[in-house]
Amino acid sequence: MSSTGAINIAGVSADASAEDLVGPRGARPRRALSRRNIMLYGTLFVIAVYYILPLYVMIVTSLKGMPEIRLGNIFAPPVEITFEPWVKAWSSACTGLNCEGLSRGFWNSVRITIPSIVLSIAIASVNGYALANWRFKGANLFFTILIVGAFIPYQVMLYPLVIILREMGLYGSLTGLVLVHAVFGMPILTLLFRNYFTSVPEELFKAARVDGAGFWGIYFKIMLPMSLPIFVVAMIIQVTGIWNDFLFGVVYTRPEYYPMTVQLNNIVNSVQGVKEYNVNMAATIITGLVPLIVYFASGKLFVRGIAAGAVKG
Amino acid sequence: MSASRRPNQLFRNLTAKIAAIPMILTASVVFVGGTAWTAIYSFTDSGLLPRGEFVGLKQYDRLWASNKWLISIENLFIYGVCTLVLSLVIGFVLAALLDQRIRFENTFRTIFLYPFALSFIVTGLVWQWLLNPQFGIQHVVRSMGWESFTFDPLYNPEIVIYGILIAGVWQGTGLVMCLMLAGLRGIDEDIWKAARIDGIPMWKTYLFIVIPMMRPVFITALVIIATGIVRVYDLVVAQTGGGPGIASEVPAKYVYDAMFLSQNLGQGFAASTMMLLAVIIVIVPWAYLEYGGKKRHV
Repeated sequence: MSSTGAINIAGVSADASAEDLVGPRGARPRRALSRRNIMLYGTLFVIAVYYILPLYVMIVTSLKGMPEIRLGNIFAPPVEITFEPWVKAWSSACTGLNCEGLSRGFWNSVRITIPSIVLSIAIASVNGYALANWRFKGANLFFTILIVGAFIPYQVMLYPLVIILREMGLYGSLTGLVLVHAVFGMPILTLLFRNYFTSVPEELFKAARVDGAGFWGIYFKIMLPMSLPIFVVAMIIQVTGIWNDFLFGVVYTRPEYYPMTVQLNNIVNSVQGVKEYNVNMAATIITGLVPLIVYFASGKLFVRGIAAGAVKG
Repeated sequence: MSASRRPNQLFRNLTAKIAAIPMILTASVVFVGGTAWTAIYSFTDSGLLPRGEFVGLKQYDRLWASNKWLISIENLFIYGVCTLVLSLVIGFVLAALLDQRIRFENTFRTIFLYPFALSFIVTGLVWQWLLNPQFGIQHVVRSMGWESFTFDPLYNPEIVIYGILIAGVWQGTGLVMCLMLAGLRGIDEDIWKAARIDGIPMWKTYLFIVIPMMRPVFITALVIIATGIVRVYDLVVAQTGGGPGIASEVPAKYVYDAMFLSQNLGQGFAASTMMLLAVIIVIVPWAYLEYGGKKRHV
């Protein structure tokens, strides 16, 4: 239920004229500078400042030199802008003995995220399609287990997966981590695709069957081209989810394959040497940049992904 | 749905069954099998490697006698209750404010939601910096003249969990706001009109009419927040590393430390089984209320 609601917001606010047709909502005649408006916008503004502040401080700190940080105030804009912390964070920040900067973590994350997205979406979309259009006996049982499984704390399944991966010879490798992401992405993505494919008119499916198309024919020629938006939503969920993952990265890979989040944590929380707060903040921004870009670029689709996450269960 | 009746049930819809193999394996081997395996091995004395030597409830006795675990549970409880209350209240208030047909709604929503796109590691590190007593908020307020001002949650074992709470709420309320906004938009216009004609003040309409109508949204939000709370791990690792001392330990970190740092698998299994139990206590009543009696699932 909540999902359709959220999708409606996206639709309604996208189209202002449609909103006007719906008519006013409740007791709200508009006066520009009423007390109510001042209160309303004032409150929103104050809260917005609280939400923006950390991002602002992160950026400002990363552009200052260390002497300025020691003397000044974290909220003050930089007197002398320097990009050196960014360069250092990217290419020469240290974790213990290793001084390669974040770049290695970044490329590891890329090499983890892209195959994980492709694999998990391929599995989940075919699976959702099978569940929606080719129901077989027992399908609902496994699907229910899958959805319930989404609520089990990962810690319960951590070690059994270590054993499974070790038996397959994949423990510690990037491939192993990609498999783990595909497994844990399955519940939410399968639900997403299943619900979407269920809403496709059945006549279409039947017509294709009459014309002799089989399982894969219908999937590739009809379902796939029709459902590109839902693939984008799935991609957004997965990019942010996998890029931001820490636990699986630290458990299932060796240090040379650590994803960016793990490496960032090791750089910032390393106990050796003098703390360089500007480098730390630059590294933090660089790590957050990918999901932030995805977020700002995707706009309403991101909200739709959240709504999809909300109905899991 | 399938085309025609063929004699052998097993081969009916064969392609679909093959396509569903990853799901079947995940559901049965990882989710059911893995959970059962962990639960069973929590009754063994596994150390560095899992072993089949059954010792009954010994791991659980040791777990509940461990100071670190007790602190973890206490922290999780404080963090959990506060996060639930704060994110539901703040999330709802933000959604209600955004629902007033305001200008720049999209801008405000973008601002409130962006922390949710960031990882817990990034969130934890930013707030570690903001709460740094030497340079952060405490320093700024002191340099403005209030010399005795003290705000160093991350260095004070008594209140460290609230420092983590600030960061967690900052990251998570945007999501709740989105859910609530969707719920508010789903309320029938006529309800508002009727309330207005009857002269009911707006806050009363929200409190006594709209919120009860949004019960399903609240329950969904509650379940999502609650499962997230039990999992909280990265945030603590990034922000405090469990410190000062063991003051900000949480169960998920206890499990990780036992399994992968102190080679005490049995403890890790027992602790994670307790976490599972906690989730079951939350989920089962909800599933019963939601689906019990009615038709199953979706």
